[in-house]
Amino acid sequence: MEATYHIMRIFAGSWGLVFMFLVFVGVILWALRPGSRTVHEDTANIPFRHDDKPARSMVTPGQDAHPKEARQ
Amino acid sequence: MLNYLKLVILGLIAVLAAIAANYARDSIYMIHMVLVMVVAAGLFLWQLRRTDEPVPADVLESEYMDGPVRVAVALTAFWGVVGFLVGVYIAFQLAFPQLNFDWAQGYMNFGRLRPLHTSAVIFAFGGTGLLASSFYVVQRTSATRMWGGNLAWFVLWGYQFFILLAATSYILGGSQSREYAEPEWYIDLWLTVVWVAYLAMYVGTLIKRKEPHIYVANWFYLSFIVTVAMLHVINNLAVPVSIFGSRSVSLFSGVQDAMTQWWYGHNAVGFFLTAGFLGMMYYFVPKQAERPVYSYKLSIIHFWALIFLYIWAGPHHLHYTALPDWASTLGMVFSVVLWMPSWGGMINGLMTLSGAWDKLRTDPILRMMVTSIAFYGMSTFEGPMMSIRAVNSLSHYTDWTIGHVHSGALGWNGMITFGMLYYLVPRLWNRKALYSLRMVSWHYWLATIGIVLYAASMWVTGIMEGLMWREVDPQGFLVNSFADTVAAKFPMYVVRGLGGVMYLTGSLIMAYNLWMTVRKGAASDAVAPATAPAE
Repeated sequence: MEATYHIMRIFAGSWGLVFMFLVFVGVILWALRPGSRTVHEDTANIPFRHDDKPARSMVTPGQDAHPKEARQ
Repeated sequence: MLNYLKLVILGLIAVLAAIAANYARDSIYMIHMVLVMVVAAGLFLWQLRRTDEPVPADVLESEYMDGPVRVAVALTAFWGVVGFLVGVYIAFQLAFPQLNFDWAQGYMNFGRLRPLHTSAVIFAFGGTGLLASSFYVVQRTSATRMWGGNLAWFVLWGYQFFILLAATSYILGGSQSREYAEPEWYIDLWLTVVWVAYLAMYVGTLIKRKEPHIYVANWFYLSFIVTVAMLHVINNLAVPVSIFGSRSVSLFSGVQDAMTQWWYGHNAVGFFLTAGFLGMMYYFVPKQAERPVYSYKLSIIHFWALIFLYIWAGPHHLHYTALPDWASTLGMVFSVVLWMPSWGGMINGLMTLSGAWDKLRTDPILRMMVTSIAFYGMSTFEGPMMSIRAVNSLSHYTDWTIGHVHSGALGWNGMITFGMLYYLVPRLWNRKALYSLRMVSWHYWLATIGIVLYAASMWVTGIMEGLMWREVDPQGFLVNSFADTVAAKFPMYVVRGLGGVMYLTGSLIMAYNLWMTVRKGAASDAVAPATAPAE
């Protein structure tokens, strides 16, 4: 029990910490990646699309796009 | 076939509960088992009458499932009023101890009513509000009907049954003495069942979504559901003394037990009262402002930073205890770091209004939401500050903590939930508008001034109390006895109670306004106008 705790504790304080930190940094970099803007603008507009009825089929991104996007 | 299975299960539960009630070792357990038996038997009869009825045509996949949302919205308003009422009463019990009536000793004294208040506002009001809004939001942002058929009804009523069991056990003295997790083992097990159903329903809906992306509000809701499941299970690990009794013994002991408790306790704040309500913010603020969220990137960063940081902050509740210093330092550091993502989220919510600030003049609902975000910012600044060990040595065990909790709970959670209710009721009951916007304004000002009175009086009394406790004379003796501090706090306690009365009055106005919206409001046109974000 004591040894198990010790091993897990060492692991959590070294590789576990590095892993968590890298995942965190990776997620932030992924969010900031070039080209994510259109995706994010489209996603940010989700609440304005299907207020009354569910969609019949899969929504294709940009089908009822923002005027701003249409200009791009 | 499924109906027969339901009948078998309900019948079994009723019989087993009857047996358990018969063997009960204490009165709380017996009362609860009788309650379970009655409810299961009632549901059995109800189910029996519906079995072999013609099965209705296929569930309308072309409609959203709003029935549970309507019930949950009504219950949220109801629990809000109840929770605030109990809060006001215990606030005056502290100011005027005579209110702990002799005839009600053991049922309505402060010690019994206090967990009733905390659970009523956090889990009944806040929790039901989270159910209502998450049911509504996940369908709209996934553009699909709720998954799991009647599972949503099970989650809603199962959760209400949990509230009923918890509330009755507090009054009758059944408590395992864990902050915000007072219910005993069998109630915890029931909540676990309900919560797993909630998770299944939520993930099921997300899986069959028609939008390619999962909107950020759903991330927050999902993290709230998943994390609360983990926290609830681990914090409530306990061995029942008997399966026919309500008492149990915690699996942990000593400082490990305290740490587990506050790991749970702070993450109840972090994932129940913050992540869940941020889900509300990220949907309802853009909707009410009719503009998409200010920065979607920032919302993603906000989300991941909260997830990675919050879980470590719990030890700051245990400064200057048997907890090792490194652990409480760790909690303190993470709490201070948390300030940044919290303010990132606040800025994101507030900036969603950029270009639409004029709406604040005409729209009291939006004003409510913006105020709630402002309080989110204030309490997420105050919290990290209070978690610093030196500040905590003054603030801990004083009323400052209570003031901090209430500026977060009344200001942030309360106001955003009121905004959500005002937004949802006309839409769910197909009404053109709310019954009265003036009443919303009245509610807004009563609530805001009430919070200010509450928080300000608790700052004054908390800091005064802390300073009085640590005051020593030249010989090194303590100057004040505990009773001196209690006497000195009296005026502030009255002010706090008055703040509570104002907040309660506001919520009663809201309940009346929502009721009249449903009863008397003009029906909206059959064809709803297309909503497009304003440029």
